[in-house]
Amino acid sequence: MSEMKTAAYLCSGCGIGEKLDIASLSKVAQREGKMMLVKEHEFLCSAEGVGMIRADIAEGVTHAAIAACSRRAKTEAFDFPGTALSRVNLREGVIWVVAEGHEEIRQEMAEDYLRMGCAELKKMKMPEGNPGRKLNRRILVAGGGFSGLTAALAAADAGYEAVIVEKEDHLGGHAAKLAKRVPFREPYREPVDTGIDALLEKVGAHPKISVHLESTIAETSGAPGRFFVKISGPAGEKIEEAGAIVQASGFSGYDIAKLPHLGGGKYPDVVDQAGVEEMAKSGNFTKKDGRAISSVAFVQCAGQRDPEHLPYCSGHCCATSIKQAMYFKEANPDTETVVLFTDLRVPGMGEDFYRSAQEKGVIFAKGKVSSVSEAGNGLRVNFRDLILDEETSLDADLVVLATGQVPNSGVNIDLPEEGQVSVLNLNYRQGRDMPQLVHGFTDSHFICFPYETRRTGIYAAGPVRRPMDMMQASVDATGATLKAIQALENAALGRAAHPRSGDLSYPHVRLEGCTQCKRCTVECPFGAIDEDEKRYPVFNESRCRRCGTCMGACPVRVISFENYSVDTVGAQLKAVEIPDEFSEKPRILILACENDAYPALDMAGVQRLTYSAFVRAIPVRCLGSVNTIWITDALNSGYDGVMMMGCKHGENYQCHFVKGSELANYRMSKIDDTLNQLGLEAERVATHEVAITDSARVAKMIDDYVASINEIGMSPMKGFG
Amino acid sequence: MEKDIATNQTILVIGGGIAGISAALEAAECGRQVILAERNALLGGRTLQLYRYFPKMCHPTCGLEINLRRIKANRNLRVLTMTEVVGVSGRRGSYRVKMKIHPRHVNEKCTACGDCASAVSSEIPNRLDYGLGKTRAAYLPHAMAYPMRYVIDPSIVGTEEGKRARQACRVGAVDLEMKEETIEIEAGSVIWATGWKPYDASKIQPYGYGRFPNVITSVEFERLADPGGPSGGRLLRPSDGKEAKNVAFIQCAGSRDENHLRHCSRICCMASLKQTRYVSEASDAKSTVYYIDIRAIDRFEDFYRKVQEDPSVSFVKSKVASISLDEASGDLFLNGVDTEGYHRYANRHDLVVLAIGMEPESLGMALPEDVVTDSSGFIEGGFGAGAASSPLDVNRSVQSATSAALFAISDIHRISATEEAS
Repeated sequence: MSEMKTAAYLCSGCGIGEKLDIASLSKVAQREGKMMLVKEHEFLCSAEGVGMIRADIAEGVTHAAIAACSRRAKTEAFDFPGTALSRVNLREGVIWVVAEGHEEIRQEMAEDYLRMGCAELKKMKMPEGNPGRKLNRRILVAGGGFSGLTAALAAADAGYEAVIVEKEDHLGGHAAKLAKRVPFREPYREPVDTGIDALLEKVGAHPKISVHLESTIAETSGAPGRFFVKISGPAGEKIEEAGAIVQASGFSGYDIAKLPHLGGGKYPDVVDQAGVEEMAKSGNFTKKDGRAISSVAFVQCAGQRDPEHLPYCSGHCCATSIKQAMYFKEANPDTETVVLFTDLRVPGMGEDFYRSAQEKGVIFAKGKVSSVSEAGNGLRVNFRDLILDEETSLDADLVVLATGQVPNSGVNIDLPEEGQVSVLNLNYRQGRDMPQLVHGFTDSHFICFPYETRRTGIYAAGPVRRPMDMMQASVDATGATLKAIQALENAALGRAAHPRSGDLSYPHVRLEGCTQCKRCTVECPFGAIDEDEKRYPVFNESRCRRCGTCMGACPVRVISFENYSVDTVGAQLKAVEIPDEFSEKPRILILACENDAYPALDMAGVQRLTYSAFVRAIPVRCLGSVNTIWITDALNSGYDGVMMMGCKHGENYQCHFVKGSELANYRMSKIDDTLNQLGLEAERVATHEVAITDSARVAKMIDDYVASINEIGMSPMKGFG
Repeated sequence: MEKDIATNQTILVIGGGIAGISAALEAAECGRQVILAERNALLGGRTLQLYRYFPKMCHPTCGLEINLRRIKANRNLRVLTMTEVVGVSGRRGSYRVKMKIHPRHVNEKCTACGDCASAVSSEIPNRLDYGLGKTRAAYLPHAMAYPMRYVIDPSIVGTEEGKRARQACRVGAVDLEMKEETIEIEAGSVIWATGWKPYDASKIQPYGYGRFPNVITSVEFERLADPGGPSGGRLLRPSDGKEAKNVAFIQCAGSRDENHLRHCSRICCMASLKQTRYVSEASDAKSTVYYIDIRAIDRFEDFYRKVQEDPSVSFVKSKVASISLDEASGDLFLNGVDTEGYHRYANRHDLVVLAIGMEPESLGMALPEDVVTDSSGFIEGGFGAGAASSPLDVNRSVQSATSAALFAISDIHRISATEEAS
C-alpha cells in the first residue's frame, strides 16, 4: 500500500459552527490529531464539499476523518471507495444532545471526539477482502424430497448447478407418498394433484441438476465458495465441490406408538395421516380386516401442542385432515367424517377449503380427545365436547391421528444424544450439524431475517427449519436457495454475509503470539474457526461474519480486523483528554453496539433529548468484540466509569451475533479482580441492555450513571495512565 | 430522470415495506440491478407502524437498522420514494413501467437539521399514527426515516408558512416549485410487494367503529402502545384520555366472514396475544380475547401458552354479535354467546380493540396481464412478495420476498441467456 496521507474535514453546517469553535477544532486536528491536511467547510455533504474531498483523494489522501454528523447520516454522500474513513459525530453526538449553558464542556466533548476520530483513522487499514475466496456456482442440496427438489430446480433455473443427495433409492420424499395435496391457488375447493411427477420430470431433464441416490453425506468441510462434500453411496465415496449448501432434510412423522392412549400402535384401525394417504393412493378405503369404512374420526393435535409429546403445532395438519375427509367423501359420500379439534387452524385462503369441506358434509366438532378404545367391531373416541361442556364419545371404523412433524435436524450439537445421525457431518470444531433453535428445528432466531443462519453458506429449508405445509415449503426452498446463491457469489468476492453484508474486512491473526487457549474457536458464534493438529486456530474467513467475538475473546490480543482492531478502539479511548481529579469533570466511556445502542444514542440527538457531556461513546460491532484490555486501559488512564451497552440476551436474545452481549456480560463479571487490584469500585464498569427504541431511556441512563459516579467520586487513577 | 437507469436486466420492486426492502436487498446482494419504488416518503411500510413483533416482543426498527445499512452500502440498489407506479405494460422479460414522482418539496441537499420544521407552526394529521396524532407541516416522517430527509406538506406550499420553511433552510433544500414528474422505465422483472391495508372497520356495522370512540383497531392500538406514538406509549382511550383498564380484543374483525373478508388474515390472533402483553406490562389492567379459533401456528404455540398462563388475560370463545355504548361512561357492552357452554353475555369493557383483517393494497391497481390475483385480490404465483401474495406475518413475508427475489433473478437469467444465444 502507498504511504498514508491523512486529512480531516470539519463541517460547520447544521448549527455546528454556531455551537462549536471550529477554529480550535482545526488546531486540535492539526496539532494533536496530526492530520496532514485540515479543511473546514460550511456544508460538507453538499456536492461542493464532497467534491473537495474527492479532489484531495485524487491528490493522494488515503485516510479521511469527517467531522460532521453521525456515521449513520449522509452515508451515501461520504462514500469514498478505497479511502479509510472515520466519522466524528459532532452533530447527533454533541450539539444536539448537550443542553444549553454547557458551552465549555460541549467544546471539550467535540474536541475529544475529533481526537478519537483522528487516532482511529491512523490505525485503520483498507480491507482488501479475504484471500481464501473462490467462485463455485454449484449448490449442494441435502435431501431429495419436495423441498430439496424445489430448491435444486430453483437454483438450476437461475443458472446455477445443483447436486441432490438423497438417502432413499428414489426422489420425492413424503410428497411422493401423497395421493393428492391441498391446493396452492384458487379454487380452494378440492384436493389437487401433488405435482410431484411433473417436478421429478423437470429435475430429471435439467442439464444442471445431478442426483446421488441411496447416498448420505460422510463429511462436509470447507467454507462458502469452497465446500467439499464427501458423498457416500452405492458406488463408494465421491467428493463434490459446492459453493453453498441447502439442507432440506425434511421431517419424520411423530410415531403413533407413542400415543397408546389414543390407540396408536394398539389398534390396527388407528392410523396416522400417512396411513390415510396410503389408502387413498391404493384406492382401498377399508379397515384392516377388509370391511368397508363407514365412519372416520380425525383427532387433531394428536401428540401435538402437548408438553409431553410435541409442544408445538405443525401447522399443516388441520388442512391435511380436511383434505383426507374429502377423500372419504369423494369415495363414498355416505361415509361419516368427523374432525375433532380444539382450534381449527387454516390460515389465509385455507378458510375456503374448510368451507368447502363443510359443504361436502364433513362434520367439525370442538372437542378434546382423552382416549380411544375398542367398541364392538369398531373404535370409540372419548372426548370432552367443549361446546356442550361434557364428556362424551363417538364411534368410528377408522381413527386418524393428526400427528406432527419431527425435524430431521441431525445431531443436536448443544445437547448430543445417542442415536442421532448427522445430516451434514460437518468437520467443524463446533459440531457436525447446524445449531438448532427450538424443539429441534434449525430455524433462524430473527423475525426480520428468516434465513439468518448460524453456519454461513448453509441454509435450512422446508420442515427441518420450521413445521410447514407443501405450499410454504415451496416458498421456503426457493428463499433458501436465493440465500445460498448470495452466499457463494459474495464468498467469491471476499465479502461477508448478512448481517454485515458486503464487509470486506476479515480477521487477521498473529499466530506467533497465540497461546492455543481455544477461546476464539469455542466462542465463535458461527463455527468459523477450527483448530489444527497443534491446536492453533484455523480461520475460515468465508464462514466468518465479522462480528469480532474472537477479537473480544483473545486474551493475548493477536486477532484483529484491518479497520476494526484492538488498536483502532484502544487508540480512540486513549486519545481522550482526561481532566485532573479536581476538575469535577468525570469522563465516562461508552462502548455501544452499533446496531441498537448507538442508533438509540443517535436518535436521542435527532429528538433533541439531552444527556451528560461527560460521556465519550465508541460504536462497536458487537459487545462480544469488546476486549477487556479496553476496559483496563480506560480505567488505568483515569476514566471514571465505563458503560457497555448491548442487546438483550437470554431466551429472546436480540444479538445478531447470538451471544455477544451475553459473553460481554460474562467477561465483565470477571473484571472485578482487575477493579480490586486497581482499588476501584465495582460500579465503575456497568453493562446495560439497550434496545434501539430506548433513546429516552438511554439518555436518562447516562445521566443517572454520571450522577452515581459523582457520588462515588473521581477515579484515583488520573494522571498515572 | 433518465430513461436509461433501467434495462431489461433490471428488477423493479414495487413497495418499500419489509417485503419490498427484503426482496430488493436479497436480489441486489446477489449482484443484480434493482430499483425499489415506494409511494410514501420513507421506507418501512407497516412494520414501522408496529411497536413490537410477536413472539419475541422485539422492535421492528432493530431489523430496519440492519436493512438500512445494507441499502446504504449497496451500489446495485436504487431507492425511489414518493414514487407511485401508475402503469405496467408488457410481460415478463420486458416490462415498461410508468411512475409518478410526487413532489417532496425538499431536495437531496437536506441534512435533516430540522430548521424548516422549527419555522412552521401549522399541523397535519400524522399518517404514521393513522391520523391519531399530529405533526408539523414540515416534518421528518420518522426518526429512522430513509431517506433521512424532511417533507414539506403540499398544504403549506404557496402559503406564508411554506415561505418561512424555505427561508429557514440554510442549505437551499426546500424547493416549493418542485413539480410532480412522470417517468418511464424498462424492467426485466417486477416484484409486487405492495403490501396490505387494514379492512375498513366501519363496514362492520354492529361493532360501531367510527361511532363509538373507544372502539379502535389493532393497528391503532399498536400506535398507542408505542412510546413514539401519539400518547407517548400510554394506553389511553380516545373518548376521555383515561388509561384503559379493561380491554377487549375481538378476533376475526372482518376476517373469516362472507360479508367482509372470506379469508383468515393469519396475523390477528398473534397480534392480539402480543397486545395483551402491552396491556399487562403497562398497568394492572385486564385483557379479554374473544375468538373463534386461536391460530398460534407452529412454535407460536409457546407464546400462546405463556399468555394463557397470564392471570390478567382471559379468553372467551365467541364471535361477538354486537357492541353497545354506555353513553355516560363511554364504556362498551359486548353482546354475544360464549359457545363453550353456551352462555349469553353482555360484558363491559372500557376499550375495545378490533383485530382487523388484512386486505391486499393492490386491490384496484391496474396489474399487467401476466399477474394473476385470487378473488380476494392477493397475487398468485411467485412474483407477489409478502402480504401482497397472501395474509402473512413479518417473518413469512420476508421468506416470501426472498423467494420472489429468486424468481426475478431467474427471469433476468433467462433473458440474458436468450440474448446471448441470439
